[in-house]
Order: sequence, then C-alpha cells, then structure tokens
Amino acid sequence: MNGLMAPSISLNPVGSAHVAAHPRVATGESRLVRWALISLALIFLVFFLFMPLTIVFTSALAQGMAAYFAAFREPDALSAIKLTLLAAGIAAPMNLIFGIAAAWAIAKFDFVGKSLLITLIDLPFSVSPVVSGLIYVLLFGLQGLLGPWLSAHNIKIIFALPGIVLATIFVTFPFVARELIPLVQAQGTEEEEAALTLGASGWQTFWRVTLPNIKWGLLYGVVLCNARAMGEFGAVSVVSGHIRGRTNTMPLHIEILYNEYQFQAAFAVASLLALLALVTLIAKTIVEWKAKQDGNERQAAEA
Amino acid sequence: MTFKQRSILPGFGLTLGFMLTYLSLIVLIPLSATFLKASSLSWPAFWHIVTSPRALASYRLTFGASFMAALINLLFGMLVAWVLVRYSFPAKKIFDSMVDLPFALPTAVAGIALTTIYSSHGWVGRYLDSIGIKAAYSPLGVVIALTFIGLPFVVRTVQPVLDDLDKEMEEAAASLGANRLQTFSRVILPSVLSAALTGFTMAFARAIGEYGSVVFISGNMPMKTEITPLLINAKLEQYDYAGATAIAVVMLVFSFIMLLSINLLQKWSSRHHQLASTPGAGEGQALNAPVYAET
Repeated sequence: MNGLMAPSISLNPVGSAHVAAHPRVATGESRLVRWALISLALIFLVFFLFMPLTIVFTSALAQGMAAYFAAFREPDALSAIKLTLLAAGIAAPMNLIFGIAAAWAIAKFDFVGKSLLITLIDLPFSVSPVVSGLIYVLLFGLQGLLGPWLSAHNIKIIFALPGIVLATIFVTFPFVARELIPLVQAQGTEEEEAALTLGASGWQTFWRVTLPNIKWGLLYGVVLCNARAMGEFGAVSVVSGHIRGRTNTMPLHIEILYNEYQFQAAFAVASLLALLALVTLIAKTIVEWKAKQDGNERQAAEA
Repeated sequence: MTFKQRSILPGFGLTLGFMLTYLSLIVLIPLSATFLKASSLSWPAFWHIVTSPRALASYRLTFGASFMAALINLLFGMLVAWVLVRYSFPAKKIFDSMVDLPFALPTAVAGIALTTIYSSHGWVGRYLDSIGIKAAYSPLGVVIALTFIGLPFVVRTVQPVLDDLDKEMEEAAASLGANRLQTFSRVILPSVLSAALTGFTMAFARAIGEYGSVVFISGNMPMKTEITPLLINAKLEQYDYAGATAIAVVMLVFSFIMLLSINLLQKWSSRHHQLASTPGAGEGQALNAPVYAET
C-alpha cells in the first residue's frame, strides 16, 4: 500500500496540475463542443436579428442618398412622421405619470389586492394589438356603445387623433410601470421615512430621495415606451381609418408604400424606426451599466 | 384585517386613486364594453361565428405556428442564453444587447424586412426556393415572423438563472462521476426548466396575438395563411362588428388564460430560483426582472 502511495506523492506537482485541469473538463465542454454551440447560436442570431436589421438599411439606401432623403420630403411621409411624434408625445408622458403613481402605490405600501392590480397592469401586454384597437371601436365607433352620443355632439374619436392616442396608450400602458415597480421595491422605504422624519414634505421626499434613486430605470422605461408608441401598428391600424395625410402614422405609411411596391421609400421610412430601435437598445445597455455602477458604489459605501 | 398596513409615507390615496381611475378608463371599461357588446349576440349566433370553417382554420394556423415558433425559441433561446453566460467570444456584448431587438423594432418594420429576405428573390428565400421550399406567403413564413417576435423571451428568462447557478453543484456532480451530458440533463436542465417554460409561455402568448409582422409575410389567404387577428380585422373592414367581436372575445379569453399561466409559472419559477440560488442573488435581478416581464 505504502509502496503504491509513494510514487503518487512524488508525482504530486503533476497530479495537482491534473486535478486543477480536471474540473474544467468536468464542468465545461471540450473546445470542439464549445465552438459548435457558439457557432450554432450566432448563426441563429445572425439570421433572425442581424439580417432583418441589415436589409432595412441596405434596401433604404439601394437607390442612393438622394432617393433616401426624397422619401421623407413626401407630404404624406411628413404628415405621418408628425402624427407619430404627436401620438407618442401624448402617450409616453401619460404612461410615465401612471407608471410613477403605480410604482409609488404598489412598491411603497402593502394593501389587499396588490397582486391582482399588478396582473391588471400587465393585461394590455397579453391582448392582441388588433383586439386592443377593436375595443375602442366598439366603445367610440359609430356602431359603438357611445357612438350615437358622440356623433350627436360632433365628437370624433375613431378614425381621428384621439382614437390613435388611446390605442397607443393602451398598447404601451405597462412599460414604465413594469420598469419602475421592481426598482422602487428594491429601494425599500427607509430613505423616504428618514427624509419625512427630518421634516421634508411628501413632494420634497419624492423629488429629492425617490426620483434620484430610480432615474435610470425611469429613463429607460420612457425610451422603451416611446419606441413602442411610435412603432405600434396593429392597434393603430384598426382605429386610424388610413386617411392619407391625416390619420396615417409612420408604420401605416410604411404599409401603404410597401403594398404599392414602393419598396425603397417604405424601407427609408422604416429605417427611421429601426434607428429608434437601436437607440432604445443602446439606452438599455447604458442604463444597465449605470445601475450596476450605482449598485457597486452603494455596496462600497456600505462596506 | 385592514385594507392597508400603516405607513408614514404620504400619497397612498392620491397615487392609488389616480392609478385605478386611469386603469379603469384606459383598460377595464373598454374591455368590459367588448364583453357587453358580445353579450348582445345570442349563444347559437356566437357559436356559429366562432366555429365557422374560416375561423377554425385561422385558429389552427395561429396556434400551430405560434407553438412551433415558441418551440424553436425554447431550444435556441436556451442555447443562446447558455452561450452568452458560459462562453466568451468576440462581440459578445453586441450579440447580448441585440437579443432585445424584437422588443424595440416596430412589427411592421420586422414584417417587411423578413418578407424581403424570405420572398423567392430574397437573400434566403432564393436558396429555399431552389430546393422547393416556399417561405414567404406560406405557413412557414408565419412561423419565421413569430420566431422573430418571440426570440427575446426564453433568452431573458433563462439567462439570469444560469448566471446564478452554483458552479459547485456541477463540480459535485462531476466529482461523483457524472459525465458532462449527465450533469447537464440532471443538474443544469432541472434548474432552468421553470424559467425556460415561463419564457416559452410568454413567447407563445405573444405570438398568438401578433399582427404587424405576420400580415406582410403570410400572404393573408383565407383558410390557408390567415391568422386570427387578421380575420378580426377583415371582419371589421366589412363592417361585420358582431363577427369581429365574437372572435375577439375568444382571443381575449385565451389571453386571460395565458396571463394566468404566466403568473403561476413565474411564481413557481421564482420560488425555484430562490431555493437554488445564493442569498443576495436577487438584487442583481431587480433590474432584469422588468426586462423579461415585458410584453
């Protein structure tokens, strides 16, 4: 027995190197497997993410820069861009205010029915965009429940700006709230309680204590909400009525151009929305990085 | 038992009141108006509309294609999450950020881009065409669009779980004599299973309702490549409000069921996750949570 042990002890340096190398093999994959898995994953991502993004820009620029910019000088394109900015400009701030109120009530207080409320906030996520548009048509359209009253008072909601704004708000409803609730929850209530005890008013506490803590998440929530608002297609398509130059948003304008075989112009307008999507992704990366940094700073301060 | 626990923080009444008013005006009242409208239909009339052959064909395509797409996303989503968490390779951060593209890219843009790629003259469609596969304007095109739409879900639900997974468990399995495949199927897979299923269900639910990207690539032929949201839209364009409402109610009921399942799965998943992960791991998750709760 001893005789057998002796060489193994004398081989120890080699043996320990072997032991150190062993877990890497046991809890990792061989170079070949690793390479194959990475390739397969990247091929999937290239086909489904990079290719669609690339073709938007190559098709938009296929006939040169002059044709690219000409697509935006069309009066219909300009009015679609204006309407999209207007609708998102109303929908995003509305959902921002809602998101802050929801985060404050849900994350700072304990009350009965809280989880039901969170589920209800999520509801618009799971409703098909077409159905989201339809519910407003059924409420405000000519055949709708309030239709006769609205037309008697000459108020137009469906096939007009209010309908487009309502559908956009519905579709982007949960974004800011879903972003803020977990953030505010993670902050706890001690800092606010301390501020209040020291004599700050409720608003002062919110502006000076709560808001600085959640500003990055808030920013990303608004950016994402805005991107989705500007890009919404299904819901807006149902309520807009597709009146050229008047109720067409950018995605609807893209559809019309595409169906008329004006591919280059369609992709030119689409490239603006694709750029917006890229800005959103960059914002997300920055916000995650900032939040990580803040977290590290806090940990360092505590330690 | 009181409605609300005591707290010195102000603003509960104001914020809750505003939230409930806004929620009712934007979501709850319009949704109940739809059910009210549908209740004006008699039961046989409702049943006749929702089980018409054209409606049944649209359910088959919508559910079938959504299931296929969610399945593709389940497999590749786990692969992508694994590769992003465990390996390092060039431009990894860019690939990681790009996974969220389908959340941010408008569906109409995705629709025309995918149609251009997979039509018979497109970058990929031309090769598929030469081996006799028609991608755009066929059910396969619907699956491709829905795969794009649901791509981020499984990746983003599985990624944080893999990240927190205790390496010691794998080492223990390996030192007890398990080979890599056994460790994967008996240790790693069970830990990420609940998260992966949550992502799968989210991708499936999202795909069922999807409209913008599919209308361009599907070709929209009734009975063949017409998805259910498109059928609702077609009925609306013919001013068939009763028909549109009846089918919308079917979709809404299904949405509620999916929402409920996702909630239950998430509860199961977070309990699972908390048991499996080390204390404090939840902190980093706070920021990730809304990312995979999206949509």
